[in-house]
Amino acid sequence: MMAKSKMANILDTHEEELLEEWMREQLASDTLRTDLVSKSNLRQQSAEFLGALRQAAQSGNTTDIMSPEWGEVREILTGLSRSRVQQGFTPSETATFVFSLKQPLFARLRQELEQDADTLANEHWAATVLLDKLGLFTIEAYQKNREAVIARQQQELLELSTPVVKLWEGILAIPLIGTLDSARTQSVMETLLQRIVDTEATIAIIDITGVPAVDTLVAQHLIKTVAAARLMGADCIVSGIRPQIAQTIVQLGVDLEVTTKASLAEALRLALQRSDQTIVRTHRGATGG
Amino acid sequence: MVERIPILKMGDFLLVTIQVDMHDRLAITLQEDLTDRIARTSAHGVLIDISALEVVDSFIGRTLGNIAAMSRVLDAETVVVGMRPAVAITLVELGLSLKGIRTALNVEKGMDLLRASLRSPAEESADGSDEG
Amino acid sequence: MVATKDDTLPVQSSEDIVWVRQAVRAWAVELGFGLVDQTKLVTAASELARNTVDYGGGGKVQLEALNEGVHRGLRLTFEDHGPGIADVELALQDGYTTGSGLGLGLGGTKRLVNEFEIESRPGEGTRVCITRWK
Repeated sequence: MMAKSKMANILDTHEEELLEEWMREQLASDTLRTDLVSKSNLRQQSAEFLGALRQAAQSGNTTDIMSPEWGEVREILTGLSRSRVQQGFTPSETATFVFSLKQPLFARLRQELEQDADTLANEHWAATVLLDKLGLFTIEAYQKNREAVIARQQQELLELSTPVVKLWEGILAIPLIGTLDSARTQSVMETLLQRIVDTEATIAIIDITGVPAVDTLVAQHLIKTVAAARLMGADCIVSGIRPQIAQTIVQLGVDLEVTTKASLAEALRLALQRSDQTIVRTHRGATGG
Repeated sequence: MVERIPILKMGDFLLVTIQVDMHDRLAITLQEDLTDRIARTSAHGVLIDISALEVVDSFIGRTLGNIAAMSRVLDAETVVVGMRPAVAITLVELGLSLKGIRTALNVEKGMDLLRASLRSPAEESADGSDEG
Repeated sequence: MVATKDDTLPVQSSEDIVWVRQAVRAWAVELGFGLVDQTKLVTAASELARNTVDYGGGGKVQLEALNEGVHRGLRLTFEDHGPGIADVELALQDGYTTGSGLGLGLGGTKRLVNEFEIESRPGEGTRVCITRWK
């Protein structure tokens, strides 16, 4: 059982003053984002952290921050990171929260231990190592949170951008908008194939007017989608081929292995033809229209 | 283990429904039975219903290809029907294009396809694609 | 990385291939893989199992359920003591998938999984390890 460190003592007896000094330090820093967090919120967060820090330090273990005694501190830092990610802070700005505590803490240590250079050196070292660990933990928590947000946004984007429309009996249209990467292609394929089953479609028109560029990779994804639809008995027509895209495809030497049409209208006409259907203009005559 | 996959006669067509995980002997037996049946009945169309298959690997793919090729020699067209979406996606990724094998969504559409191709054999190319 | 579940199955005969498929399917479902991912895993397993039986003279497969933090995965290791593959690079090419002869299906199988490792020594045998993460 380790003896309570001097730092633990200071946290215990001078918590109020430390909070004040720390707040002063944070407010003076030019990395403070007063546009994103109010003084009162910051004070609340700081007080909460300091309280938990004091508690954890009392346990005598000030080296292993992953142990149970430091659970609440970790939770506070994780929560802080999460809100900072959402608010738009950078990782550094977020970690500064922890690092800015060093100055007031060291000042107090020096004050308490100025007669004992050796102990001061040890305590100083222990404190800096601890706050470094906590600062790094904060950065990692920030990273994980950011990754989770990005993943969620990607998923939402995928779901929003792959609508499959039933144009007519047995004819589906998929207007693709944006870039075609593998995740997106997989999503498009799954949605398209399921709709083919649901609507018993025999023709799928893939419109790429909204796809900015077609390179070999995009072409491959298109080819895969066409092949998958074909395996389920549906033929594809790719429409919306702009002249530049046509040039690129020829230059790349890619064989899309599918019928292509310049516009969705042309593709629909062909689709109707293939399915033995036709659109007839009616004549409103004198007999009554 | 199933010993033989049943082959049903439906008019001018033969219908094969594959419902089990086919192992080698079963696949070979099926090929033999089918070619035999086509010859005996002079059927002009073969429908292979794979809607019960959750997995189609390269072995099954080759078997389907063999059946299509053998049938064609005997003047019968083959249509594979009912491939599941997950299977189609996987096969494409695997690189099995099943070229030369025609496909349809279900038995009904498969029969429509066969009937149409029997009416005008000269207009349809081997894999059923039109040049538009 | 922790393997939370571990099992080994024989891959000696055509019937074993069916058992392997069913086992992989069951594990994939339990690990929470989506339908398409399940199908890819089972298909890859089927390809490799078939190779083990047809070209490796029979062998075994080890299934491992993996847990790496938030990521869960399924790892399959096929092993045989058969003739081995003389030219692994060649075997990984796509021409072999379309039934043009050997039909090893390795290039295609590689595309179905996230990680693919192969070790083969002529005369000693082959070891193929595939992993798919959720």
